[in-house]
Formats: sequence, structure tokens, C-alpha cells
Amino acid sequence: MTVSTTSVPGLLDGLDLIRADFPILSRVLADGHPLVYLDSANTSQKPQVVIDAMVDHLERHNANVARAVHQLGAESTEAYESARDKVAAFLNAPSRDEVIFTKNASEALNLVANTLAWARGPLEIGAGDEVVTTEMEHHSNIVPWQLLTERKGARLRWFGLTDEGRLDLSNIDELINERTKVVTLTWVSNMLGTVNPIADIARRAHEVGAVVVVDASQAAPQMPVDVQAAGADFLAFTGHKVTGPTGIGVLWGRAELLDQLPPFLGGGEMIETVAMERSTFAPAPHKFEAGTPPIVEAVGLGAAVDYLSAIGMENIRAHEEAITGYALEGLATVKGLTVLGPTTASGRGGAISFELEGVHPHDVSQVLDSRGVAVRAGHHCAKPAHKRFGVQSSTRASSYLYTTPAEIDALVEGLEYTKKYFRVDCS
Amino acid sequence: MTSQELDALYQEIILDHYKTPHHKGLREPYEAEVHHVNPTCGDEVTLRVHVSGDGDDAIVEDVSYDAEGCSISQASTSVMTDLVIGRPVKEALGIHDEFLTLMQGRGTVEPDEEVLEDGIAFSGVAKFPARVKCALLSWMAWKDATSQALSASEATKERS
Repeated sequence: MTVSTTSVPGLLDGLDLIRADFPILSRVLADGHPLVYLDSANTSQKPQVVIDAMVDHLERHNANVARAVHQLGAESTEAYESARDKVAAFLNAPSRDEVIFTKNASEALNLVANTLAWARGPLEIGAGDEVVTTEMEHHSNIVPWQLLTERKGARLRWFGLTDEGRLDLSNIDELINERTKVVTLTWVSNMLGTVNPIADIARRAHEVGAVVVVDASQAAPQMPVDVQAAGADFLAFTGHKVTGPTGIGVLWGRAELLDQLPPFLGGGEMIETVAMERSTFAPAPHKFEAGTPPIVEAVGLGAAVDYLSAIGMENIRAHEEAITGYALEGLATVKGLTVLGPTTASGRGGAISFELEGVHPHDVSQVLDSRGVAVRAGHHCAKPAHKRFGVQSSTRASSYLYTTPAEIDALVEGLEYTKKYFRVDCS
Repeated sequence: MTSQELDALYQEIILDHYKTPHHKGLREPYEAEVHHVNPTCGDEVTLRVHVSGDGDDAIVEDVSYDAEGCSISQASTSVMTDLVIGRPVKEALGIHDEFLTLMQGRGTVEPDEEVLEDGIAFSGVAKFPARVKCALLSWMAWKDATSQALSASEATKERS
């Protein structure tokens, strides 16, 4: 699909060149429809530079890391550890040793919740303590904390949502109190698109001595993430949503907290020494990386964050805001369509969930697919947020740095076609 | 999928049942009520069965339901009630098996219109593994509820 002539301020310069970096975007689907990929909040597409970095590593440098003395082992270790440097720079982390590679964001969040459950001393969570989350979380930032609080006899509490789809902060001083040990929330909602005021909430959490855990799975792809400015203590994101591969996620944690936490998984590479009676452990990050890590995936992730940084996260944020604004305007013209979440582009990410009166989301996505338009349908692993808005599921269109206004036009046209197909007479 | 495949999936009969579902709503009396969920998409059905008689003489007197889901799951529920209400349970279970075979046949099974009536419209769905579970949700719920109703009536008989 060529770039629309529609003038939308804020779009990335050379959008057609950026699109050319992503080989999959030139695919033609059934019936000759060009791919219109609007499912980037689910997983992003991969630029050639990421694919090449991974292939090059497998073709020329493959060896296990940190244990082989031979040349390939040294090269592989260098590639893996330099990916850690790149991620540390991407997050503005004070130290590379604060970057832990995991399988995905879910594992990163579970790592924090589990090691906090095992922690003794100042981080220990006991009966009567409270963990605060929000009603707009992905299931992966609800369930680990339910498990933790159930195991420890602690209490899970949460911020509710306003009708506009923003956090209801009216009771923040009551909700975050001296019993609060952890405040965990998403930076950007995967369903509503809402961007949350992380720094403000972190400030309040720190006033009562709580630890702040941020799910940046949707933030890291589309806006500058500075862990120091955000005031986070832990922050998780996943590789495959930032144009990197699947199979790798990141947990960043403040060094003094990582030092206080016990290990997560036991095994190779996470030890200092092992005797049959007991073991001692390596310092972070290796303490939390048992076994052979996802090496080529880390190499791919390093290439991905370099790619995004070269384009500039501020520019990507501006592009997302421009496309989201254009999409919200387009969707507003579709009669019978209701957007769930903020209806203006400011303070909003690129995921737009909506209902189309008279047509179930699965049917919407099936008809759109027949026109080459890929969106997601369902509860998007955010059932509580759907329940809050009285719906069981929704259709979600999500853009990224390669999304064009013409693709949004194809979505809007596809939705009108869907209504005709299902004989919805509200146009 | 192509637009041709789309039309094979959404046949007119399916769209008709979706627009005007038969036997919708929850009714009394009933011997068993079940709630089935499709965890991947969130489709839900609450379904009641009213069965009279027992053993080989058991008859499906009524099937009532409250369901939320896509056109395929809603239409399938509507068609299912048409096919089983008023029939001997044994015969209705036979229709269930035939529909299951059609759905699990990946598009290779030729449906028997004599048995499945409007149910033959779902032969297109069988080609799309992601949608097969939509079509089967309420059939599975009906079978579950019916077996509960029958075992409840067996238990009552044994006690008396």
C-alpha cells in the first residue's frame, strides 16, 4: 500500500522508506488485497535489520554464552551482552546490570511477584499488607499479584476506571497507604489505549514506601521510556512488540532492590558456587537468568531497539499520536461504532478498541480479514476492563510506526462493508 | 480468507438464525442448567434443558438459553434447539454426534440434510479450525445439561 496523499501532521518523515524496511508489509493476501496490518499491539512486524542480525548470528557466531572459551563462544557472549547494553541505553537505565532478560513480559512480571513472595526483610509481604493494581491491566499484571496476595494472606486492591477510560485517581491517598507494599500498573493500556501518569503515581507510592512495578509492554514500543524519569522500581516489556523477536522479554529493576531479592529459577549461570549442601548466587542480572538464555533473540532485540532509537522514540510517539487521531476521526464517521477508551489522541496510545452495533467482534475481524485488514477480536487478555464497560469483547485496531492514513481508510471502508454484510441498517 | 470463503462461512441460513434466533431466553421448568464458556474468545452460554420420561423414552421437551457470542455461535445455538426440541433424547444425541462429525471433518464430511436440516449450513465453518469451537459451544452445553438431567432423574427413580 502506498502512502496516502492525505496530509496528517506529525507523521514520520520518509514513511514509505520505513515501510520498505519491513518485508512483510509488501505481502498480498487472498483475493489480491494488500496486507493492512493493524494488530501491532498484539505483535509488531520485524524490520529487515532485525531479521538479518539474527540470521547473521546463527550463521556466523552461534555458540553458548558465558561458558565457552573458544572464539565463537566469546563472540556469542559479546553479542548477547551488547544487547543488554543496548536495552539499558533504550531505557536510560543507570546500570546495564539492572537489565534482566526473560522469556517475555509475563515472565518478567511473574519474576517480580514470585521473588517478592519469597523475599525476607524489608521487601517481605505478609498478612494485612496490600498490593495495588488497576482495573485496566492485562491479565499478566493481575494474575501474578492475585497468586502472591493469596499465598501471603495479603490484600489485592485496584484503581477503578472513569467512563472515559482513564484511571480514577480520586481515592489515591486512601488506596495507596502505609499498608501498601507494591503498586503495579500498566503505563499504556493494551485495550483502552490510555496513557497513565506513571511518575505521579510512583511519587505517591514512594511516599508510603511501596515498590513500583510498571508494565511497559505497550509503552516501550511507542514512546520514550526513561526508567529514572518514570520513578519506577521495576519495569517490564517484551521484545516482540518493539519490532524484535518473540521469546525474549526484559525486566529492569533498581540495583539495590535486585540485590535484596532471592533468585527466581535455579540452574546454570545463576550461581557463584555450588556444593551439595548449599549454593551461593551470582550478582544481578545473572542471578535471575538460570540456564542458557534466548541468545539469538537477545541479539534480535538489541537490533530492534537500535532501529527504533535511530528513528527516534519522540518521532515514533508523534507518528502514533497523528495516526491515532486520524483513526479516531475516521471511526467517528462509522454509525453504530463506539470507541472504548479516550476518544482524543492526547494521553492515548495507538490501540483503539471499539464495538460495532449488531456485529460481534469475531465477525467484524473475519470480514475485515477477507479484505486484507488484520485486527484483533476478543477480550485482549483484559477481561476486567471489558467488564467495566459492560462488554464481553471488542474489536481492536492498533497502529505502529509503519501505519499509514491509507490503512486507516481501508479499516473504515472495511467496517462499512462489514455492516452491509451483516445487514446492519444504521448507516 | 477470500470473499468466496467468507460467503461459504457466513451462509444466508446462518445470518438468518443470527438475526432471528429461535427458542431464545431462559424458561421454566428445567431439570439441569449449565454455563459454558469459550475461554479464548469469551463466548458464553447459559443453557437449560427440560426432559420428560427416562431411559429410552426420555424426550427433549425444551431447551432454553441465554447466550453471548459471534454469529456462528448464536446461529448454531438456534439451529441446535430446532433440531433437538421435541425429539427422543436418544435420537437428539445421534444428531449431536452427526453435527460433531461434520464440524471435526475439516470440510471433508458431506452433511446429511435429512438429519441436520439447517445445520448443513455449518459445513463451511468446519474449514476454519478457529471458528469450529464457536459452532460447538452450545451443542456441548446441551449434551452436558442433558446428561445431568438424565442422571438426576435416575437418582430420583432409585430413591423412590
